[in-house]
Order: sequence, then C-alpha cells, then structure tokens
Amino acid sequence: MKRSGLGRDGALQQKAPARAGSQVRVRAVREADLAQVIEIDARVTGLRKRAYWRDIFERYGRARGGERLFLVAADGETILGFIVGEVRDWEFGSPPCGWVFGINVQPDARLSGIGTQLLAAICDAFRRAGVKRVRTLLARDNAEILSFFRSQGMMAGPFIPLEKELE
Amino acid sequence: MRLQRSTRLALYSVLEFAAAPERQISAAQIAEKYGISPHHLAKVLRDLGRAGLVESVRGVGGGYRFSGNAKRLTLMDVIELFEDISASSEANTDAGAASDVGGALGMVLDEIDDIAKATFRSISIETMLKLVERRRGARAKT
Repeated sequence: MKRSGLGRDGALQQKAPARAGSQVRVRAVREADLAQVIEIDARVTGLRKRAYWRDIFERYGRARGGERLFLVAADGETILGFIVGEVRDWEFGSPPCGWVFGINVQPDARLSGIGTQLLAAICDAFRRAGVKRVRTLLARDNAEILSFFRSQGMMAGPFIPLEKELE
Repeated sequence: MRLQRSTRLALYSVLEFAAAPERQISAAQIAEKYGISPHHLAKVLRDLGRAGLVESVRGVGGGYRFSGNAKRLTLMDVIELFEDISASSEANTDAGAASDVGGALGMVLDEIDDIAKATFRSISIETMLKLVERRRGARAKT
C-alpha cells in the first residue's frame, strides 16, 4: 500500500468560493490556531475542552507522514472550521481506511461550502496515504452533521456501533 | 419501519418534481412511470400541495411543480405527512408486550425503528437526487 507524506502546510490548500470577498484555504493546523479551534468547538458543543484539544494537537497537529490529519479552513488569520482524522488499520478485520472523528464549522460561516472543502481536503490526504474508503461515526440525533455527511455521498457502512453501561 | 403505499407515492412524486423544478409534470406522467393508480396519486398530490411541497399549474401543459426547498426538505418531512412515525412498534402494543419476552422484542424493534428514523431525517431531497444520479451513472456503465 502506498503511504505518502502530506508535505508542507500548503500542500492541502483549497479555495472555498462561497464566502464573498474572502479567500478561505484549507491547510494543516498551526499551534496559533488552537485557541480558535477550541472556541468553535465550545460554541457548538457548549464545552471548552482545552486539555482535549491540546492533546489532539500534539498527536494529530504535529504528526507528519500523512496518516494523522488535523486541518483547518482559514480566512487569513481567522479559523472558520476544522477537521480531524486518521488512517486506521485492520479494526475488526477492516482493511485500512480513513476515519473522520471531528469536524466543525463556525455557525455563521456554514452553508458556504467550508465543510465540503474540509472533507474534500482530508479525503485527498487519505487517498495520498493509499486508502480507498472514508468512515465516520456520529450521534443518531445529530441531524445537521448527519445530513452534511449524507450530502457528501456517505452511506451506512458495514459496521454497527454497540455500547453498554458499565455496572 | 415499513412505508405505506401513499408515503411511497409521495416520495416518488416529490423526487420527480424536485429533479426538474422548472418543469410542470402531470399526475398522469408520474402514474404511468411508476405504474400506479392515477386516482390514488391525485389524493397524494393534493396532500403534498396542502403541505406546500408542490403547486398545481393550470392551463395547457399544466400539472404540478416542486415548491419546496430540496436542500432542507428531508425524507422524514415527507413521510411524516402520511404516517404517524411516533407510534410504537407493533410488538409494544400487542397482547404479549407486557411479558418479558414481548418487552425485550419491543426493545430490539424500537432500536431498528430509531435507526430508520435517523436515516430518514438525515437525507435531504437534494441528497436523494444525487443518489439517483449516482445509480443512473452506475447502471449506465454496466
């Protein structure tokens, strides 16, 4: 399987056309972006998870080699959205595939194609890493993000998520 | 979750109209394409009209036209016009439901229903039209 690197920050640049007068580009996250990523997440989820995002930055933002990805959509110095994912190998017998486990766009920047740009960029990176499939997992009642992934052509996969209370 | 006939006709119709929003399509054209009763379809179209999803166009070449928002309208929005999807599964309402076996069976069926509802809520008419196009493209290749 081909596993190529991401290259430098600019390697994933993509222009999002929909925000009038702006030049949104998708690039690898930088340490200076982290505060804005935390704020976007906090605005959407209501939780300010600084330690979590610091850890994600250390593990995904600093990763090189193209299998752990933490990308942002930036308009100049302003971060409008982010996406985090990785290539996972042989989980429950599944051939290596790309996993997206975090995506969000500032509420007032939505419906302008930024989520689409972020997903396209991470899918390009997954392709360069040699995988042919992308997966995600999200709450059944998260209709907005579910609809987004559906609109990108994603369908139910062959796995069923299960859980139980630990007594 | 099994969709009733009227619901399926409504979904066929909405998807036909939304695929060509500028075009007026007659009920007879849809009835012929899907091999369904024009009488039954007319009732479904009236309900869709009352919900503001289609509008009738009178005169020569008249018919119906899509008047909803394909990006926002979900499969569930259409389904809910024709079915009470909040109703419990049959296993939760029949005579054996109070038993432990009936209760456990009801839990499993509710789980299936919940997944089906989430799926219908997450798919917009626009997304469905993309899916139709993908299928058409895949069939054209074979």
